[in-house]
Amino acid sequence: MIEIRTAKELNKKYIREEMWPTIFCNGCGHGVVLEYTFWALEELNWDMDEVVFASGIGCSSRLPGYINADGLHTTHGRAIAFATGIKAANPDLKLIVFTGDGDCSGIGGNHFIHAARRNIDVTVIMINNFIYGMTGGQLAPTAPLGSIATTAPYGNIEPPFDICNLAKALGANYVARWTVTHPYQPIKSLKTAMKKKGFSLVEFMAPCPTAYGRRNKLGDIKKQWEWYDKNTILIEDYDRIMNYGSEKEKEEIKHKFPIGVFQDIDKPGFFGEYKKLVGRVMGKQDKSSKIVKKKAVRTK
Amino acid sequence: MIEVKEDWCKGCNMCIERCPVDALEESDTINKRGVRPPQLKKDNECNYCRLCELICPDFAITVLPEEKKDVKKNLLRSPVGGKIR
Amino acid sequence: MRYKRDPKIIRKVIGNDVQFILGDMACVYGGILAGCSFFGGYPITPASEVAEGMARLMPRVGGTYLQMEDEIGSIAAVIGASWGGAKSMTATSGPGFSLMMENYGFAMMTETPCVLVNVQRTGPSTGQPTLGAQGDMMQCRWGSHGDFQAIALAPSTVQECLDFTVQAFNYAEKYRNPVCVMTDGEMGHLRERVVIPDEKKLKLVNRVEATIDKDKYIPFTKSQTRDSKVPDFPTFGTGYHTYVTGLTHNEKGFPATDKQKDHEKLVKRLVEKITDDNLVDIEKMNLDDADTVFVTYGASARPAETAMDIARKDGKKVGLLRLKLVWPFPEQVVNKLAKDVDKIIVPEMNLGQIVHSVKEAANGNCEVISAPKIGGEMHLPQELMKYLGGK
Repeated sequence: MIEIRTAKELNKKYIREEMWPTIFCNGCGHGVVLEYTFWALEELNWDMDEVVFASGIGCSSRLPGYINADGLHTTHGRAIAFATGIKAANPDLKLIVFTGDGDCSGIGGNHFIHAARRNIDVTVIMINNFIYGMTGGQLAPTAPLGSIATTAPYGNIEPPFDICNLAKALGANYVARWTVTHPYQPIKSLKTAMKKKGFSLVEFMAPCPTAYGRRNKLGDIKKQWEWYDKNTILIEDYDRIMNYGSEKEKEEIKHKFPIGVFQDIDKPGFFGEYKKLVGRVMGKQDKSSKIVKKKAVRTK
Repeated sequence: MIEVKEDWCKGCNMCIERCPVDALEESDTINKRGVRPPQLKKDNECNYCRLCELICPDFAITVLPEEKKDVKKNLLRSPVGGKIR
Repeated sequence: MRYKRDPKIIRKVIGNDVQFILGDMACVYGGILAGCSFFGGYPITPASEVAEGMARLMPRVGGTYLQMEDEIGSIAAVIGASWGGAKSMTATSGPGFSLMMENYGFAMMTETPCVLVNVQRTGPSTGQPTLGAQGDMMQCRWGSHGDFQAIALAPSTVQECLDFTVQAFNYAEKYRNPVCVMTDGEMGHLRERVVIPDEKKLKLVNRVEATIDKDKYIPFTKSQTRDSKVPDFPTFGTGYHTYVTGLTHNEKGFPATDKQKDHEKLVKRLVEKITDDNLVDIEKMNLDDADTVFVTYGASARPAETAMDIARKDGKKVGLLRLKLVWPFPEQVVNKLAKDVDKIIVPEMNLGQIVHSVKEAANGNCEVISAPKIGGEMHLPQELMKYLGGK
């Protein structure tokens, strides 16, 4: 009989049944990201005793509560700093951080920048719904120009934050952005991100029908999911058209969000380098102590 | 063959919208939340692509193979296809 | 692979048994002796020397030193490292302590053991970075929002900086609470002779890790294996799959934000696990026949002791009560003392903070006078003599 892994089996292995059904709204993209993470973990076949999830505050940060593994639900924006500490204490643990657009690029911007710069061995899954959903629909740093929010009732005049380009500039090992509407690329991308040493960022563009979608009049759930299909374009196509395309083609795609894998390099991870430093220092220590012993013998 | 956890379904209907062969429809039963979970249509062309299973935000739908139908091996093993190392 | 405390390596790294070192360095030695294996810090005068000392010594004992991007990241990493199984500490001063308040409260709520060394300096705001003060004493008790119980120690000598750091780790591990070591700029930058305690004399307390059956384990309730309100610690990676959150949670760790009874039960347990034990750590000097007593702590105890000696030579009956453990405040001790004496003087390097707790505990049984001094200079014994009446 062929071995089959179905959603039913994944339910039993990965989910805390007593916490379900989830608090997420009808048509929310967060549940889908959780689903993709489970499929990626199943493919990697990791021991769930060694996987630790950290998160900040917000809708995205409720995800670790539903997963049957060690989870740390921390203060707003600081999840990546907490994850750095956990990894430092026990480098064998595998860290996955769930965070949102406000949590990561707003209040947590500084921690994100330095973790990416240092190449800390952690996988950051950022779920971008262009709004602060949990608190009722306030403006987020990633919101597109002109969008409506409760704290921007006349339209947003601030240019949006492009976090993938920031991570790329900082030299993160793996940077990718996907939408939640198609499953195959995100699951493969998550697998690559989790296996990689060093800092990996996977951004998910997810719909928020209750806060963002309703206020910006994007239509019902079906239309909102289609909005993501119509307004995104693969980064290779985007670059190709912007470099070589005709003016008409450029006009058509100028406003679209590029998705895909932005960067995939292999710099050494921080904790691997730190272990080498400790080895170097402790090794020198042993040599120097031998010298001291020799001197003690001679003075006698 | 699909199996639906009726009390977990939130009625977003994305499985119905996204099915490439249009094999799903809303059922007549109403669950605890007041929405109608999906069910397979009477004449359906389900090809076991498992897209509904992968895209459901609530893990509520499972695709189970029927022994009579002839299904590709790798579609059953891993949803994203390819070899498992 | 988690850190294992190796006494031989620690002795080799610390060096001689008798040394002449800075107060900040004594805190470093105290941490390493206690088995600290993670230090997350950020430079701030006058606590930078703690970070520098840790940067030199942590890799040599096999631990991890991380200079984080700011103080908020430092305390966050310290709490995370504690959950990963390491004994962790950080060191900061006034402005950094204010930044850390949110996560200090988080450590209280999630019952995370960790140590914060606050080398106090004058405030408010940037103040006088290189001069010492004792202006954060109320902040470490009430600084974070909500209800909690703080534990804070105040060393008066460089030897105590070392000893109290070890003790702070013991309290943190025993009660699963963050503990503050409130030194100050004077103590931090003072060099004095220090005797490194022998391995046999060193008493260390380690957290009780959870070992019972995973199906029966309940993370946030009274201990299931011993008589204590402190639960056993489920280190990440040992298979307990604990969900730790700063939200109000029920016994299993899941959010229970709309239940009044769960919140009351949780917060009361967090406070009672410490107050039930009636912790007291004081030093009494010449209290038997005294009619005027200095009640003081930290650096202010030194001029107070000199003033007491001078007064005794003049025939005045003066005593001194030095608080080593400032929070939880020893109310019963001060209450009893107030009934036996006529006057209590509280010298502090601030505009009067602990004096309020003394007044409350004294309950009108004697006169309580505040002897404040701000501006970065310690009291002079002559200044304190004026409070005793006479010259």
